[in-house]
Amino acid sequence: MLIEVKNASHIYRQEQGYKALDNINLTISDHEFIGLVGHTGSGKSTLVQLFNGLIKPTEGQVIVDGIDITKDKVNLKEIRQKIGLVFQYPEHQLFEETIFNDVAFGPRNLALSEEEIYERVKEALDLVGLDFEYFKNRSPFNLSGGQQRKVAIAGVLAMKPEVLILDEPSAGLDPRGREQLIELLDYLHHQQGVTIILISHRMEEVARLSTRVLVMNQGRLVLDGPPEEVFSQVERLREIDLDLPEITEILWRLKEKGINVRTNIFTIPEAVNEIATELRRLKPC
Amino acid sequence: MLTDITIGQYIPCDSPIHRLDPRIKIIITILLITALFFISRFTGFAIYLAFIILIVIISRLPVKRVLTGLKPIFFLVVLTLVLHVFLTRGGRVLWEWRFLRIEEAGLFTGLFMVSRIFLLIMFTSLLTLTTSPLQLTDGIEYLLTPLKRFGVPAGELAMMMTIALRFIPTLLEEAEKIMKAQMARGADFESGNIIKRAKNLIPLLVPLFISAFRRADDLALAMESRCYRGGEGRTRLHELKIKRSDIVSLIISIILGVGISFF
Repeated sequence: MLIEVKNASHIYRQEQGYKALDNINLTISDHEFIGLVGHTGSGKSTLVQLFNGLIKPTEGQVIVDGIDITKDKVNLKEIRQKIGLVFQYPEHQLFEETIFNDVAFGPRNLALSEEEIYERVKEALDLVGLDFEYFKNRSPFNLSGGQQRKVAIAGVLAMKPEVLILDEPSAGLDPRGREQLIELLDYLHHQQGVTIILISHRMEEVARLSTRVLVMNQGRLVLDGPPEEVFSQVERLREIDLDLPEITEILWRLKEKGINVRTNIFTIPEAVNEIATELRRLKPC
Repeated sequence: MLTDITIGQYIPCDSPIHRLDPRIKIIITILLITALFFISRFTGFAIYLAFIILIVIISRLPVKRVLTGLKPIFFLVVLTLVLHVFLTRGGRVLWEWRFLRIEEAGLFTGLFMVSRIFLLIMFTSLLTLTTSPLQLTDGIEYLLTPLKRFGVPAGELAMMMTIALRFIPTLLEEAEKIMKAQMARGADFESGNIIKRAKNLIPLLVPLFISAFRRADDLALAMESRCYRGGEGRTRLHELKIKRSDIVSLIISIILGVGISFF
C-alpha cells in the first residue's frame, strides 16, 4: 500500500485564506512506522485525513495504490477499509448498545458475512486486550475511559486496515494504558506488518517506535527522516519550539557541557550505559 | 462543511441602527408589527416600506442579504395570493374561464395580504440582522424582568438562550468530527432512500447526544464552582443604557406607528 501526496495544499475556508496545508510532498511505503509531530494547528490532523479521502486537498493530488483519490467517483469505502483512521478521543464515537455491535459497525459496513464479522470482532478485542466473552454483550458506556478507548480502537482494527493512522491515541491515558497502547502498536507493526502513522505530542513514544519521523510546522513539512536524524536537528526543532525526547535532551545537554556522548539513543538502558561509560572514561577511579 | 452555517442572520456592522439599545429595538419591532395589522390602505404600506428602506440605508445592510431573507416565505406568499385571488368573492368580475373566476375583492385582498406578509418578515428580519443574538437575549431578559413577580424566571431563561446559542457552533463541530470518524469506519451518510438515510444517522446522533449531555454536566459543574446560583442578584458586565438616540428612535416609531394605524 503506497500513499503518495503530491503538491497538496488545503484551505479550510476560502475567505480566510489560511493554509492548513501548504504544498506537501510525501510518499509513505509499506511497513513504515511514521511518527508525525508538530504543534497544535500545524496541520497534522488535516494531513492524515487526506490519506483516506475524508478531506480533499484544495490543490494537489493524493494517490493511494496508484489511484488518485481526489477524483470524483473513487470508491472511498474501499480506501477507508485499507487505511484505518483512529481519531482523537475515539471513545466519543461509540454509539451501539453492546461492545460487540460497536466493534462490528465497520465490518458490517463492508458487508461481510456474520461469521467473518464475529471472527474479526473477537480478534480485534483480543488485540486490544479486552476479554471477548466478558465484554461482548456489555454496554460500551459503562466502561472506564481507557477501556472505551480500547473498544474504539478495536472498532477500527476490525476492518483489518493495511495502514493504521492514530491521532494522539495516548492523550488522557494513564501510564499503564499508554504502555499497553505502545505494545499494541509495536505488535501490529512487527508481527502483522501494518503500516502505522502515529500523531503524538510525546516525543519519547515517537522516538522509540518510529522508523521515520515527520515534523510539521504551519502547514509545511519541515523535517522528514529517521528519528536519529530528525532528533539530531536540535537547533531546528528548538526554533519551531518542539520538545526533544527527554533522553535526547539530556544527552544533548551533556554534550553541550563537553561530555562526549552519542546523541542518537532513544531507550533508557542504552542511554544509561552510554553516560556511564563516558563518565568512567573521563574519571578513571 | 457544517460549521459554515452562520447562526441567526446577524450582520456585524457599525451603524446607528446596530448601536441602538436592544430593548428599544425589540419594543419598536413589536410596536410597528402591531401597527402593520391596523393598516387598511395601500398608502399605509407604501409609507411602511419607505420606512424599512430608510432603516436599511442607515444600517448599511447589504440589500441582497435582506432580500435573501425573504426567500423562505416565497411559497407562503404565492399560496396566499392564489387562494385569495380565486376564492374571495365580491365586487366586479374581472376575469372568468370555466370554473375559475377572479373578482375585484379577491385581487385586492390577495395583494393586501401579500404586502402585509412581506413587510412583516422584512421588518422582523431587520431586528435579527442588526442585533447580535447575545444582545437579543440581553434585551429579552430586561424586558421580562417585570414578569419575575409572576414567577417568570427571566434570568434563567436568558441564560438558557445564551448557552444554547453559544453551543450551536460547538455541537456542529462535534457533529462533523463524529461524522468523519464514522465515515472512516465505512459509514455512509449520503446515499439510500429517506428511511435508510434516517437509520444511517443513528451512529451520528447517539454520540452527539451523549456528548451534549456530557458537556451540559461539565458546564453546570463549572458554573456552580464559580458560584452561579440562578439570576438572583447577578450583576452584569455590559450594562444596557438608554441613550438619547434610543429615545428619539422610539418617539419616531410611536408617531409613525400611530400615524399609519389611523391613517
